[in-house]
Amino acid sequence: MTPEEIRQAIIEILEDIAPDEDLSNLNDAVSFREQMELDSMDFLDIVMELRKRYRVQVPEEDYVQLASMDSTVTYLVPKMGQVPA
Amino acid sequence: MPKDFLQDVRSHYDAIVIGSGLGGLTAANVLAREGRSVLLLEQHYKLGGLATWFKRPGGHIFDISLHGFPQGMVKSCRRYWTSEIADSIVQLHGVRFDNPMFSLTTSFDRKDFTRLLIDRFGIEPAKVEEFFNTARGMNFYDDQSMTTGQLFEKYFPGRGDVVRLLMEPITYANGSTLEDPAITYGIVFSNFMSKGVFTFEGGTDHLVKSMEKEMRRNGVDIRINCDVERILVERGVVRGVELAGKKITADAVISNSNLRSTIFSLTGAEYFDPAFIDEAKAVRLNNSSTQVYMALKEGDEIDRNTGDLLFCSTAPEFRTDLLLSRDITSRTFSFYYPDIRPDGKQRYLIVSSTNAHYDDWNRLSPEEYEASKRDLIETTLESLEQYVPNCRERIAHIEAATPRTFEHYTKHVSGASFGTKFEGLAVSRTLPEQVRGLYHAGSCGIIMSGWLGTMNYGVIVANDVLNYLNTQVPAPTPAVLN
Repeated sequence: MTPEEIRQAIIEILEDIAPDEDLSNLNDAVSFREQMELDSMDFLDIVMELRKRYRVQVPEEDYVQLASMDSTVTYLVPKMGQVPA
Repeated sequence: MPKDFLQDVRSHYDAIVIGSGLGGLTAANVLAREGRSVLLLEQHYKLGGLATWFKRPGGHIFDISLHGFPQGMVKSCRRYWTSEIADSIVQLHGVRFDNPMFSLTTSFDRKDFTRLLIDRFGIEPAKVEEFFNTARGMNFYDDQSMTTGQLFEKYFPGRGDVVRLLMEPITYANGSTLEDPAITYGIVFSNFMSKGVFTFEGGTDHLVKSMEKEMRRNGVDIRINCDVERILVERGVVRGVELAGKKITADAVISNSNLRSTIFSLTGAEYFDPAFIDEAKAVRLNNSSTQVYMALKEGDEIDRNTGDLLFCSTAPEFRTDLLLSRDITSRTFSFYYPDIRPDGKQRYLIVSSTNAHYDDWNRLSPEEYEASKRDLIETTLESLEQYVPNCRERIAHIEAATPRTFEHYTKHVSGASFGTKFEGLAVSRTLPEQVRGLYHAGSCGIIMSGWLGTMNYGVIVANDVLNYLNTQVPAPTPAVLN
């Protein structure tokens, strides 16, 4: 997957987790929490969906890497680069 | 011949879950939904743990712990169970307080509490806002040195009445006190304040039966009357469980049993580092409870304005020792109107709950114990009289439960009805570092307690277990890659 495809994958997960949020104006450089109503269980759900859909393991100590879209994609590129889109 | 509750059980599962409280049920369901083979073992004849109910002649169904949970349950039930379960969650509107300091009714959300604190208690709006934001910003990994009492002293110095309003319901929700870390208060209080208090339409029986149906659909092998005797460990790795002369192996074992029972009774201290055992020994159990269950005679009704939850007390001030004392001055009455079970019989029920010390009840002789139970019933009726006039003549059935009752049905050490104090969370979380593949997903740490806390903790632990299982055995192919 390319960084753009990884971004799209995250968007799809977020759409399922927070169906009421408008993601079209998401600022990739700013933390998700400043732009959306996400709690710690929502972040856990992102991690669980990544494993279910793409078999990516995100250990608990790395959850901080999922703060914003930019940091999430940067973190996932080495893990998801080999995953077919 | 007695029935073999383990008939046709497999010799191996990906995961075995011991105990079917909301944490165990949810962990089992999440694992099964991800394609893992799961065996759920419950020692009692009913699933649910303390999320339970009992029936009495006359069409009365009593809920034990369905008193009110935060709105977050809707999201958790939708994600980790079914939308049908989530859609059965309804808001409670009448939360009442009645004590020598104040009497009021509230919808128990941030908006109404802000109004009350400003208009009724005369607190500056900016102060109220700051307090709510501080509580909401708290995380479980934050500094724990500040106690809840100190948090209140910082924002509302000398205001025992404000402390009572803010603290009394949370004490009943999870057994926490002014001496516990402020973060445990902030997290739980904010969960409630986000939208108010909710309950499950259909009652606990409907909820647990819906969960059982969903688990079966996802392939969980459910066994009741199966009391696990031992968790099997070999060379620092969990191997499975032993019960009724059978050994069943598994790659992971999740204990929804009490944390201390998990370590000291089911596993055995010899399988852990001495330093970890010291830490585990230092974990304080949370308190237990007493309850009195009352059903009104058929045809009789309780006025809806009586409220859903009533925090009543005759104690002049709010103090932890007064709340736990055998000399009961504070009670929470839960009123159940027929709309809780729309398809059931038209019944009005009341459950009175009080936090209690196990030792106060355990040391009694059989005669003293029976006399104490009768006294508990008598004093409860005396207290109820002012809210439900002539209640003695109107009640068709009444009985009491004590810390010993809770111990009997849940097998929790000392009948603990809210798990452990805060330090239990770290011990629970680090269990797998001691014995690989062994996890604990039971009520602990105050924040992982109550209906929402235990359910979410089941998910958090199931996520850990899924990560672990993926490193052990080939995972099922995700549908998206097919």
